[in-house]
Parts: sequence; structure tokens; C-alpha cells
Amino acid sequence: MIRFDNVAKRYATGHEGLSGVDLHLETGEMAFLTGHSGAGKSTLLKLIGLLERATRGQVWVNERNLNKLRARDVPYHRREVGMIFQDHRLLHDRTVFDNIALPLVVAGMGHAEVTRRVRAALDKVGLLKKDKVFPISLSGGEQQRVGIARALVSKPPVLLADEPTGNLDPELSREIMDLFVQFNQVGVTLLVATHDVELISRLGKRIIKLRDGRVAADSGADG
Amino acid sequence: MARRARQPGFRRNRNPVTWLLRHAQMSLASLGRLSRSPVSTLMTAAVIGIALALPSGLHLLVDNVRQLSSSWDGSASISLFLADAVSDEQAATVREQVARRPDVAEAQLISRSAALDEFRRLSGFGQAIELLDHNPLPAVVLVRPAPTVQDADAVGRMAAELQNYREIELAQVDLQWVERLGAITGAIERAVLILAVLLAGAVLLIVGNTVRLEIQNRHSEIEIVKLVGGTDAFIRRPFLYEGLWYGLLGAAIALTLVLTALYLLDGPVERLAGLYQSTFSLDVLDPISLFGMLIGGPALGLAGAWLAVGRHLAQVQPE
Repeated sequence: MIRFDNVAKRYATGHEGLSGVDLHLETGEMAFLTGHSGAGKSTLLKLIGLLERATRGQVWVNERNLNKLRARDVPYHRREVGMIFQDHRLLHDRTVFDNIALPLVVAGMGHAEVTRRVRAALDKVGLLKKDKVFPISLSGGEQQRVGIARALVSKPPVLLADEPTGNLDPELSREIMDLFVQFNQVGVTLLVATHDVELISRLGKRIIKLRDGRVAADSGADG
Repeated sequence: MARRARQPGFRRNRNPVTWLLRHAQMSLASLGRLSRSPVSTLMTAAVIGIALALPSGLHLLVDNVRQLSSSWDGSASISLFLADAVSDEQAATVREQVARRPDVAEAQLISRSAALDEFRRLSGFGQAIELLDHNPLPAVVLVRPAPTVQDADAVGRMAAELQNYREIELAQVDLQWVERLGAITGAIERAVLILAVLLAGAVLLIVGNTVRLEIQNRHSEIEIVKLVGGTDAFIRRPFLYEGLWYGLLGAAIALTLVLTALYLLDGPVERLAGLYQSTFSLDVLDPISLFGMLIGGPALGLAGAWLAVGRHLAQVQPE
């Protein structure tokens, strides 16, 4: 599902985000990406979501070579990759319902179908009663769950999360991780960047450790 | 994973019905957004309205003046001053000859004595005339050209032909001032055109700037829409509709302004025309002014929005 072949990313500033990364995630696999800040976790996720493009090597997602993807195809690629951010990236002038509906509206889905899917997503993250509320009146954990609902509402085959529990207390963090494990159980490929090693070690999933833009350790390398 | 020369394509929504439906929803949503800040929307639309109303109104005015002058043009008459030696009988024959010409609608003879009577009555120099021992006024044949003789040039040619009659000393067309008026309206019309182009540019800039500010205000929204897979067309659409609505609102305001101006001018113009024994009254909107506003307004709005969107939307990229 996700494959990196000798991928390097050098920013315009000269900073090398990634240098020579090889990585392969099977369809339906769940993996954690760890490492110090600046190790390249975010860069790696950005390359998958095409927020950045690789300067060397090739990135494959869902059997497509992202290097060869034209600019006008990028939106369609992003519809197949749900992204979850530490800062949630919600629209604060829209209700929870409208925030979650956004990927479906963008894809041109009809109203009835949108309502059905948004309610299903809200149900999954346990926020069914908060659909008419504005994000600002929600707690941090709830806002993150709105962000997760938005990422999964269009049923993308790939979910990426960049420090999804960064601002949450341990109990909420565990709830979020449990949600991810549930999604993985229904076949979604997940890649979650986090520095909370303690939290993820108990889940028994593959852990990829980055250091200075390279894969330093991979508990499931080619396994 | 096998490497393929051709990548698997993406599914795109190409159903025209849903496409139209999304457009309708988007246009209404844009209108709704504008209506949520009515004061600033109306202010922008009013600026556009005034910018549209100015050239349209001026064009209408020039058009009216032109019509007025052309109606004078058509009714221009030629005065044929007969030679002193021509007797009253000969004058009557000349009148008949002239009247038979196909390009003459009517020829009226004012004999020397009739001319004298009229002069006495109207000039106020009646008593001075009594002192003269003979009538100094020539006989005149007033010629009204047939409707086929339309423009000033044709009337001029006709006068030159009439000048060839032996009995006619002078054939005089008093059209110069009509020609001058025509030249003036021509110049003003050109000025209106220049003004229209300048103001169209102003409308482009106004809408462009408004949309640019809107893009800045909704920066994070655009970013998030791009993150969840919104195409450029999808992101562009609300701003384009916004430009279109601004243009349409501006056109409606311009139309109201011009119609109000017409209504206010109608009375005074009719009074003025009455003083000149004319039944002239201001025309209602001509098609050029009307289309200039109703098509030009929205088109300029759309174009202005397009310029702003094209320049600024690409700069917004999610991180």
C-alpha cells in the first residue's frame, strides 16, 4: 500500500528532512513512526499525503507512483489518504457536522449520503450528540476525535496521523490509539507518528524508528 | 509491487446533473455568505453600480442628443432666395418646378410682399421699412426635402443643384450648427467610451481586491479544503460566484440609478422641448446601455474574481 524507495527530501533551506529511506507497508498494516522531533516523521507523512514531494527516490501509494502524479491529480490522491494532525486543523466557524462533512462535500456527494456517512463517523468516535456544536466549545480530546472522524468519513484506504495525541493526557491518548486499532481491524492501513513510545509499546504493532532522516530501527522490516 | 507504465486512474465525478446541482448550491452559498455581511456587500456593489451607471447614463444622454439632432437634420429646409429681377409669376413657376422634383417634399413660396409683411410684423422695424421706396426683400421658396434625403451631405448636394436654376440667386442650407452638434456628440461619445473602459478596469480592480481580501480571510479554510482533497476548481468556485454576484448586484444598482436619473430628468427635458415646440422626450434605456450594465456587470465581476483567484489561490498550500 505504501512504499518508499531510497527516498530523500531536501528542503529549499538546505535542511535534509529524509535521506535514503526504504519502507514498505502492506495493505491493512498498522505501524508507528517514532523518533525525536526533527528525525523526519512529519516529512515522511507529508510525502505520503503529497504536502511535499520527494527530491530523490520514489514514493508509491495505492499502486501509484507519486512522483508521476500530475498536480491536477493531487486532490484525488488526497481523497484516498485521510490525514490527522496534532493541531486538528478544524474550521472554527463551522459546526462539527460541517467539519466532518467537508471531504464528502468536496467530493461532490449528495446531501442524504453525506448525512448518513457523517452520522456513522460521529458514532464511531463517540460524538453523535455534538454534531451541531462548534469545535471551539469541545475539549482537546473531542476536537481530535472530530479531526479523526473527518479523516475517516470518506473511508480512505490509508490513514495518516501526525502526533495525534501530542496534547492529550495519557487516558485520552489511549482512547485515541484504541480507535486507530479499531480502524485497522476493518482493513484501513495506518501510519501514526508519535514520540509516546510507552503508549504504543503495549499495542504490539510495528514500530519504525527514524533518526536523522533515516530508518534506524524497524520492528517489522520486511517481515 | 509491480511497476506499471500507466498508473491506475482516479475516479472522477462526471455526472452533469450532480455537477449542475453542486454549482447551484455553490452559487446560493456564495450569495448567502454575501448576505451575512450586507453593509460591506452593498458598499462594494454600490461602487460597482456607480462605475457602471456613469458610462451607461452618459451613453444614453449622448444617444438622445444624437437622435434629437438627426431629427433636425431630416427636417432641414433649404431657403431659395430668388433673384431681384424675378417677377411674382416667374416665382410661382420656379416654385412649381422645384416642387415637381422627386427629392422635394414641399415647396412654399413667400412672395416679396408676403416677406415684407412678415418682416414688418416680426422685426419691429416696420416704420423704418416705410421709409424705403422699394421692397428690399427677395422672394423666397422654402424647400422641405423629401424623407429620402436623410443626411446633411445629401441636403447640401441638393442645395448645390438648386443653385443652378437661373432664377435662384442663393440656395442656403442652415445646417452648420447641426453638423457641429453632431461633431460634438461624436467627441463626447468617444470620451464616454474611454470613460467606460477606465471604469470597467476600476470594476475589475474593485472585485479583484474584494475577492483577494476574502481569500486572505479564508486562508485556513482553503488550506483545509485542499488537505481533504478539494480540487482547484472546487476552491475557485465560491470566489467566482462571489464576483458574479457582486457584478449582478452592481448592475442592478446601476440600472436603478440610471432609471432614477431618467425619471428625474424627464420633466425638465419635456419642458425644454416644449419651449422649442418639439415633442421630444427622453428615450428609455437603449439596448447598448442596458446590456452594458446587465451583461457587462456580471462579466466584469467574474473576470475580476478570476484574476484575483488565479493570482492568489496557488499561493495557498497546506503544510
